[in-house]
Amino acid sequence: MVGLLSPLDRKLWRDLRRIWAQAMALALVVASGVALLVMALTTIEALEETTEAYYQRYDFAQVFAEVTRAPEALSHELAELPSVRALETRIKRSATLDIEGFEEPVTAVVVSLPSRGEPRLNRLALRAGRLPDPARSEEVVLSEPFAEAHGLTPGGRFEAILNGVKRELQVVGLALSPEFVYVIAPGGLMPDDARFGVVWMGRDALAAAFDMEEAFNEISLTLLRGSDAKAAVAALDRELARYGGIGAYERADQVSNWFLQNEIEQQGNMAGLLPGIFLAVAAFLTQMVLGRVIDSERSEIGLLKAFGYSNTAIAWHYCKLVLVITGAGILIGFLMGSVLGQYNTRLYADFYRFPFLLYQPGPQSYAIAALVSAACALGGAFLALRKAVTLPPAEAMRPPAPPSFRRTWLSGSRVARMLDEPSRMIARRIIRWPLRAFISAMGVAMASAVLFLAVQWLDSIDHLVQEFFFNAQHQDVTLALVEEQPERVRHDLAALPGALSVETLRSVDARISHGAVSRRQALIGIRPGARLSPAYDVEKGPIDPPPQGLLISSTLAGVLGAEPGDRLLVELLEGRRGSALLPVTATFESYVDTPVYMDLQALSRFLQESRQANLAHLTLDAARRQDFLAAVKETPRVSAVSFRSAMVSNFQETLGRTIFIFVAFFILFSCTLAFGVVYNAVRIALSERARELATLRVLGFTRLEIAYVLLGEVGILTVLSLPLGALIGVGLAWYLSEQFATELFRVPLVVKPATLGLAASVILATALASAALVKRQLDRLDLIAVLKTRE
Amino acid sequence: MPEQAAKGPTALSARAVTKLYVMGDVRVEALRGIDLELRDGEMVVMLGPSGSGKSTLLNILGGLDHPTSGTVTFRDHDLSSANEAALTAYRRDHVGFVFQFYNLIPSLTARENVALVTEIARDPMQPEEALELVGLEARLDHFPAQLSGGEQQRVAIARAIAKRPDILLCDEPTGALDIATGILVLEAIERVNRELGTSTALITHNAVIADIADRVLRFGDGRIVEEATNRERRTPGSLQW
Repeated sequence: MVGLLSPLDRKLWRDLRRIWAQAMALALVVASGVALLVMALTTIEALEETTEAYYQRYDFAQVFAEVTRAPEALSHELAELPSVRALETRIKRSATLDIEGFEEPVTAVVVSLPSRGEPRLNRLALRAGRLPDPARSEEVVLSEPFAEAHGLTPGGRFEAILNGVKRELQVVGLALSPEFVYVIAPGGLMPDDARFGVVWMGRDALAAAFDMEEAFNEISLTLLRGSDAKAAVAALDRELARYGGIGAYERADQVSNWFLQNEIEQQGNMAGLLPGIFLAVAAFLTQMVLGRVIDSERSEIGLLKAFGYSNTAIAWHYCKLVLVITGAGILIGFLMGSVLGQYNTRLYADFYRFPFLLYQPGPQSYAIAALVSAACALGGAFLALRKAVTLPPAEAMRPPAPPSFRRTWLSGSRVARMLDEPSRMIARRIIRWPLRAFISAMGVAMASAVLFLAVQWLDSIDHLVQEFFFNAQHQDVTLALVEEQPERVRHDLAALPGALSVETLRSVDARISHGAVSRRQALIGIRPGARLSPAYDVEKGPIDPPPQGLLISSTLAGVLGAEPGDRLLVELLEGRRGSALLPVTATFESYVDTPVYMDLQALSRFLQESRQANLAHLTLDAARRQDFLAAVKETPRVSAVSFRSAMVSNFQETLGRTIFIFVAFFILFSCTLAFGVVYNAVRIALSERARELATLRVLGFTRLEIAYVLLGEVGILTVLSLPLGALIGVGLAWYLSEQFATELFRVPLVVKPATLGLAASVILATALASAALVKRQLDRLDLIAVLKTRE
Repeated sequence: MPEQAAKGPTALSARAVTKLYVMGDVRVEALRGIDLELRDGEMVVMLGPSGSGKSTLLNILGGLDHPTSGTVTFRDHDLSSANEAALTAYRRDHVGFVFQFYNLIPSLTARENVALVTEIARDPMQPEEALELVGLEARLDHFPAQLSGGEQQRVAIARAIAKRPDILLCDEPTGALDIATGILVLEAIERVNRELGTSTALITHNAVIADIADRVLRFGDGRIVEEATNRERRTPGSLQW
């Protein structure tokens, strides 16, 4: 094998063996960047392919619309609309379930299945059992994650309150649906499979239960290829307005799909930012390592040129060195990235439920990752290569001119006079090569920035949880009522066993527009002085709604481009469906959703109704929780029950399964980064200064004292890099929080000194560990051999 | 036993010292039984072809290396069995080294290179004093790159003697220098030996230099093959080669 290689290639292998540890450290940094990039790209690819295939195979609809009640005959007219390819009407209602062994009431959306045959659109991926027998009205299919959460299988039974009537239902099948890839309760923050599920039952049975014979309240359709979805939405809106249509919407706005697409987009954001940091550092390390190799091979380069090797041949020789190291990094990165990508995709499959998962990354993701990292490495190598190429042969064969040090104004200063000579050596090297020092410090700073970024997520989420669940809300439980009730319902609720206090609210669906931009948003009417769940500004605390006009979250104001004083068109989507131009009286900062509040009285006037309520917050006597639940389960007027404590633990648990794991990855990656930078910096310094250090040993300096001379420089740079890292870390965290802000969540930027300290400590420990590795080599320094050679 | 020079008590002695290098199948006997005494204030010149064992012996005498067998004693201390820390302390407190290639620290000025040693020594002279002794009082704040080869070597000598060492070991200190510069360097070494009474061992390829010594040892094939005592030491200035 060796015999087949050209002498230059043999030299290449030997060079590589000589610097293997540095090459490895560099390769690992490249690998980290590649792994992150491959992970993000393959996850995106897998999610997109899986989604696409799922939607197609199971005929996920493209346009949806809900109405209060429309006659089934209308569906024939709608099918005639131009651009409609297929159409299906359904009955979709919510219900409260009582499941044995689960003390809280459970909310479900109940969706009809056609009386005959399979659905034409939004078909079910049956996971177990069968579809309901149209002749048996108690048979239902459950969404698989919900059934799993309760240990229900075909044959199982549970009770449900349908339209105020309690019935026993029997599970005959478990299914997934493209409509419910991400199952989230209306107004919920995260999937909670134990407390919210999907129930499919026969159309006839459901129609009978909700008095919807020969009628529907939901329609979905697919469009002919090339037709305009906006036009279809507009046509539907026109047709459905008189049946209580609250606005058709496209697939992009369908809840489950919206979350899914949002997630894919965020993966895309990650693919852009984080691998970039690693690859930039890899480029700089390449420059550092290759620069050193070329410096130490000056005379060989001169000799090769004297023999007649062309500049191109020499450049290519060193390019190969870079490519071999980067190539190793890319391969390791591919491996790590594939494992992580698969893991990441699986993790998604926990929240986004697909009947199948296509993790078959094509060559594209890998090719992109390989090209980007090879380009970064060669870019980093450019300066060093240029040096090799432009070196005139005669000059190359002479020893390099000694570095010229100068006394600066600092040398005479009082501080400088206090320094001992080893410290002076350290200071002079930093001052002599400020760019090199800066770049080394930047490398370590980047590592601590990435680390801070990762750990800071936890602080931010803690802060969000504290603000949203604990500072802004004080109720123990929130009840949703089946429909609006006169406000005096609160007396009935206060009489529930264990209820200590009750506050009622009125929530009404509305479309809020400013100019051409509009959003569907619940309008919440609250009383001034509401205590349990007031309008809450994350900076100013609870605020009362103004007597007139709207109090809107600044996020919604941003989306609508509205400021206090502007008038917004508010169209009510239920009740009398009136509309009005209402002024924005004030805005407030919130982390979750885009809430809009009105004074309850003003809202009642707008709705032209007496004061009504359809939501209630309660505080409970913890000791009587069981009695309370039992009573609520028997209260048909209550459609949903959510405990704040359950929401908090669901939130924490969900994050625990995702964010914490990624934080751990990032800690690992940033340590690799710090290790790569520090190890290379020290290793290069050691090879450059072996002679100097050996001299000091001969002069009687101890091992520890010369270790100080060698490691002091990188130590100082590491310490200096920490504030820089903190600054960059805060900047990155801010950038990321901006990038990842959605209309649902805005994770705040929280900078805790303890977290900065933690990041700094981990980086220092990593730096110490890599320094300790080099210290071992330093201890084995061959004093005699080093002194015999001329520099 | 060869005749000893009429100097003080023995500072450093080597008895039956051998050094064997084993590299795979190759065995090199660098020293094959050396007996040597270096007396206080004595100047010894070591001559011999490359590979005859001079540098190996100097390294062992200076505490940079251990002999394979035999003993090396500095005053009452056995160096041949001393550990790393003891050898470091020995070098730090008692030995000054001068090398062919100077080995100055490029980031420190002449004064600072000397201060490097005076900072860790027990009873050093001032760096300025040491540099004056080698005639460099005008070049205190120059960096090595701003000094000629001879000046650099004189800084190295100042650095070696500033701690007032008991023993000064010089490995071809003039090997990289021209005659005139070499003489300046030898003058500095000679002056230190004379004025401070530092026992000095100096390796050279240049037989002429042997005339400045009290005693001359010729090396060959890992042994001392000849030992001669000069009745009178010549001054470096009177040498010609």
